[in-house]
Amino acid sequence: MLTQTQLDRLTDEVVAQLLRRQDTPKAEVSIPAPALSPPPPSSSPLPEEQEPVDITSPKVRKTPLVEVPDERRRKALEQMMRTTPARIGVGRAGPRLKTQTLLALRADHAAAMDSVFAEIDPALLERMNLPAVQTRCRDRNEHLTRPDLGRQLDDKALKQLRSFCKPGADVQLMVSDGLSCRAVEANLERILPVLEEGLTAAGITLGKTFFIRYGRVPVEDVVAEALGAKLVCILIGERPGLATAESMSAYLCCDAHVGQPEARRTVVSNIHKDGIAAVEAGAYLVDLIGRILAAGVSGVDFQTKQRPAQKEASL
Amino acid sequence: MEQALSVGIDIGTTTTQLVLTRLLMEDTSGYFSVPKVSIIGKEIVYKGGIHFTPLLDDQLIDLQAVRSLVSEEFRRAGYAPGDTSLGAVIITGEAARKENAAAVLEALSGFAGDFVVSAAGPDLESVIAGKGSGAQQYSADHHCTAVNLDIGGGTTNIAVFSQGEVQSLGCYDIGGRLVRLRPDMTIEAVSPSAALIASARGLALGPGQRAGRGELDALALAMARLLEEALGLGEPSPLLEQVRTPGSSVLCPPGDIEAIFFSGGVAESVYRPAEDPFRYGDIGCLLGEAVGKSRLTTAFRPVPAGETIRATVVGAGSYTTTLSGSTIDCDDRLLPLKNVPVLKLTAAAEDACFEGRPEPLAEALRHFRAQTASDLAAVALRGRRNPSYPQLKDAARAIAQGAAPDHGPLLLLVEEDMAKALGQLLRPLLPAGQGLLVLDCLRASEHDFLDIGRPVAGGLAVPGVVKTLVFGRKVHHGI
Repeated sequence: MLTQTQLDRLTDEVVAQLLRRQDTPKAEVSIPAPALSPPPPSSSPLPEEQEPVDITSPKVRKTPLVEVPDERRRKALEQMMRTTPARIGVGRAGPRLKTQTLLALRADHAAAMDSVFAEIDPALLERMNLPAVQTRCRDRNEHLTRPDLGRQLDDKALKQLRSFCKPGADVQLMVSDGLSCRAVEANLERILPVLEEGLTAAGITLGKTFFIRYGRVPVEDVVAEALGAKLVCILIGERPGLATAESMSAYLCCDAHVGQPEARRTVVSNIHKDGIAAVEAGAYLVDLIGRILAAGVSGVDFQTKQRPAQKEASL
Repeated sequence: MEQALSVGIDIGTTTTQLVLTRLLMEDTSGYFSVPKVSIIGKEIVYKGGIHFTPLLDDQLIDLQAVRSLVSEEFRRAGYAPGDTSLGAVIITGEAARKENAAAVLEALSGFAGDFVVSAAGPDLESVIAGKGSGAQQYSADHHCTAVNLDIGGGTTNIAVFSQGEVQSLGCYDIGGRLVRLRPDMTIEAVSPSAALIASARGLALGPGQRAGRGELDALALAMARLLEEALGLGEPSPLLEQVRTPGSSVLCPPGDIEAIFFSGGVAESVYRPAEDPFRYGDIGCLLGEAVGKSRLTTAFRPVPAGETIRATVVGAGSYTTTLSGSTIDCDDRLLPLKNVPVLKLTAAAEDACFEGRPEPLAEALRHFRAQTASDLAAVALRGRRNPSYPQLKDAARAIAQGAAPDHGPLLLLVEEDMAKALGQLLRPLLPAGQGLLVLDCLRASEHDFLDIGRPVAGGLAVPGVVKTLVFGRKVHHGI
């Protein structure tokens, strides 16, 4: 049997070796056999000059964990790893994931969880000068468990809304935390000014943009009915996955009303640093909103109206 | 899905060819994403015959004959010249140095459709042939390094691809038609590089002399040796540098070349010796056999090329056009544009832009305009990945101020996907009526020239061709 001290020392050693391995991938990790000899007295915890390694950094993620002695194959594998966010080239330890892969997965999962449960940074709303209203959800738990309430605004919220938003604008923009506050925090300051300035420059009138706490996409229909905007657009944090927790989407709808089919919405998804850059998405949305207003329809109807024109243009 | 007919015309030292390719373009993004138009397919709809390049004498290409040759090919293919909207005319090998090359290009550009590029230069040829032969695709598909040797009448164009990217380029005056023979086996002409190689090997080969098979074989062998040296098999001799095509890059062969492709007219006889080696009245077949027996086919793994003699023309027709990103800011009235010189901003000048300082850009443009005759300049930037709004705003302001707008339209190329946003921010800062074109996902380098066609796919993207007309760069970033 190992004593607690022996066990601690052994753990320290293995951790130190694993960390060293990050720097020099070729170094062999040999776990000392505990029963045979006591660990050498000089064995110490982490050497001080050791830089901690962030296993969630892009560089480490794109470094293969499988041993590829052949230089050419290694380069090919690295190239494949760069083309996908999927966790390939991670190897295995027996039938299981390697420790590093497992830890990275847990870190990504934690980021996703954090993003769902976090509250929006009030400083951001202040900087962007966004007044906030809240759906009928009282807290985050209710938001997660009662999607129906996340689509509704009570009378108090509607009154608030009418107090700062002039009705009858062409376009009403709104922002909501949805399932990822981090998506809003990462992208809003990039996308919103481009969107607002671009629409204004195109001669499209805007209501005051605001923030909806604990929102779900169809809450924009309630806003459309309350304010009579021709088109509503909600910028909302998407359900985080293990690839990114910062993905935002824009859901646009022309003449929205409560209870309408989802097919009436047009969506632009994947707005994040590894998807479409937020500023570029903003400029694209300006274009798209202009075209949807001109067509007078959104969603599937808009797509079918657009596509035949493109098909006829081809040979 | 949208289609465009692309024409490729290759006027080489020995042969002139034409192919018509149908490019299929489609928005490949999902229903819920920003559009992304890509070329999804290439289909060769017509392969023309292989004609001897019409020459008036040793120096002059017969303009009239080339025109009627192309016109005849169009007629046989069943298309009108106006049906093509993309493509390239390229004058290659020794023909590119003929004094009327520019006139030929001019004549054919007007002739063969609305957007047809004229391109030349040994480095570009090497890339085009390497793509046409399939070497580039092979290196991408097999994650390896592959080399293509396009051995033509006048030159051997070499392109090394690693994982689908151009790694190194080179061109040598080694080809099958450097010695021309009359039917009675007397020598009609010997090119300067062939004379150089012959004299280095002590071979007596002069015009009017009767050529012995032994001497010609020895010359072909010497040429094959030089190609071995070029690819790092053996110490490069001083002779190798002497036969390097003027204006071509210095080939730096990497140590990990795995596969070797042969294209060009001579490639036909690399694997299969000709029954009558002198039927073309030159040493092409002998050179092919010598290459086939050389260490080039044993040190590397030979892979049969998808196209041999047509590699360059297929490359010119199918691989010269790239599409811009699908979120761009584009003033249709400006298009098409041809031969716009590219000003690649230095990292420092670009950083200054993103910090809102216009002076370095203004200075670079002043210098550039003083050097180039063209009124137009396409300013190429790397851009920023996921830029912040203030960064973008600063860049737009600096560009608007630095690119003094009294010089006609403002053309910007950005590598990162940010063109539409940059264009949107720029527009209000420019005088009313100022033409503006901001394209992304196109890479261009200093000294490149750019052709931009009319928008495709319902106006989402524009086709572009980045050409290198100035020679002697180590790595080609263009097409």
